[in-house]
Amino acid sequence: MNALLAIVARDIRLAARSGGDALTLVLFFVMVGAVVPFAIGPDKLQLARLAPGIVWIAAFLSMLLGLDRLFRADDEDGTLLLFRHAALPLEGVVFAKLIAHWLLTALPLIVVSPVLAILLAMDWTTWLATLLALLCGTPALTALGTIGAAATVSLKRGGLLAPVLILPLSIPVLIFGVGAVNAPTGSGAALLFLSAFSLVAVAFCPFAAALALRVSGE
Amino acid sequence: MSPSQAAPKPELVLSGLCLSRGERQLFSELSFAVSAGEVLFIRGPNGAGKSSLLLALAGILRPDAGTIAWRDGGSGTERGEATHFLGHLPAVKPRLTLVENLSFWAALYGGGGLAPETALEEVGLAGLGALEAGHLSAGQTRRLALARLLIAERPIWLLDEPTAALDAEGEKLVGRLIAAHCAAPKPGLVMAATHQDIPLPGASRSIMLGATP
Repeated sequence: MNALLAIVARDIRLAARSGGDALTLVLFFVMVGAVVPFAIGPDKLQLARLAPGIVWIAAFLSMLLGLDRLFRADDEDGTLLLFRHAALPLEGVVFAKLIAHWLLTALPLIVVSPVLAILLAMDWTTWLATLLALLCGTPALTALGTIGAAATVSLKRGGLLAPVLILPLSIPVLIFGVGAVNAPTGSGAALLFLSAFSLVAVAFCPFAAALALRVSGE
Repeated sequence: MSPSQAAPKPELVLSGLCLSRGERQLFSELSFAVSAGEVLFIRGPNGAGKSSLLLALAGILRPDAGTIAWRDGGSGTERGEATHFLGHLPAVKPRLTLVENLSFWAALYGGGGLAPETALEEVGLAGLGALEAGHLSAGQTRRLALARLLIAERPIWLLDEPTAALDAEGEKLVGRLIAAHCAAPKPGLVMAATHQDIPLPGASRSIMLGATP
């Protein structure tokens, strides 16, 4: 437990000191949302109708783009090798990295989502539903991302490979994420499915990612 | 008062180890044992497989054949959790201070060793604890990596070129650390791949890799 918290605290501290990275993703998220009105025209009704989908696409893309960083820095300075000897199993290390990565890439997006809501002329209830859907769905994206990042960590220029690898796996998150927002009020089936998907992904992905890390070390 | 039924000495036993990287076989049928209190130097020309052997002992490379067994002497620790590995890469975060770097590893490795400040004093970095590690020189970074060995007490030390980037004083320091680790009351064992002679007060053994063409 101590070791788990130490990893989360270290990653957050490192991100706070280097700053730029997390901020870039947030800016990217806002920019994707901001360019859409230019592309489809300033029709408020149409924008409001498309808004949940646009917010999800923006969040989806910026989270995928941030994936490469998950294990890269630790691999480059040798920390990843030493994680093998930690007082918690490699799966636990991945789980801690997952939590830290969610806090650093998903939470900021959720925090700035009101900006997008204004840009896209969302109403109050739609925004609340989007917020809830993002909270329930983004853990699955991060969890699936650990597999992609772990599988590509030994490639020195992995770059966009990890996002491309896990994109097909993450499609259900997008479908049910938008579905949860568009559902008529009172029917929470999509939201429940989204939460279930996240829980399963968070529970199982660390094992797959740890296996990928073990193999990549050889 | 003597311990009538002393627990067996902790011991690392290799038997019939074969290892290859890519297509090339590095060595085969390597068998030896290192027990607590012993120092084993692994020598050999570049590419002989010194680092690979250490990586296999660290559980990172899987040998083609043979076994590596850790007899813990009754303490019940797994090999992974009994191991300190010092590789070519320092595993130091430049944006964290020296003390933060060491505290992180103490938390991750279960501690039980020196306090970070004491460990820094021990490796000759006293008073630099609040400095960001990115400002250190290569030799100082190496010393910081050595300090990591001290903040968590673990019996097996696997050192890959521990004196790389260190000055003459640093080489003596490595010798002192190794000697202290192998001394009573809880002796550990050290395996070090090295080209240089590390000054050691006690006895040590060596194996030569890649001796056959």
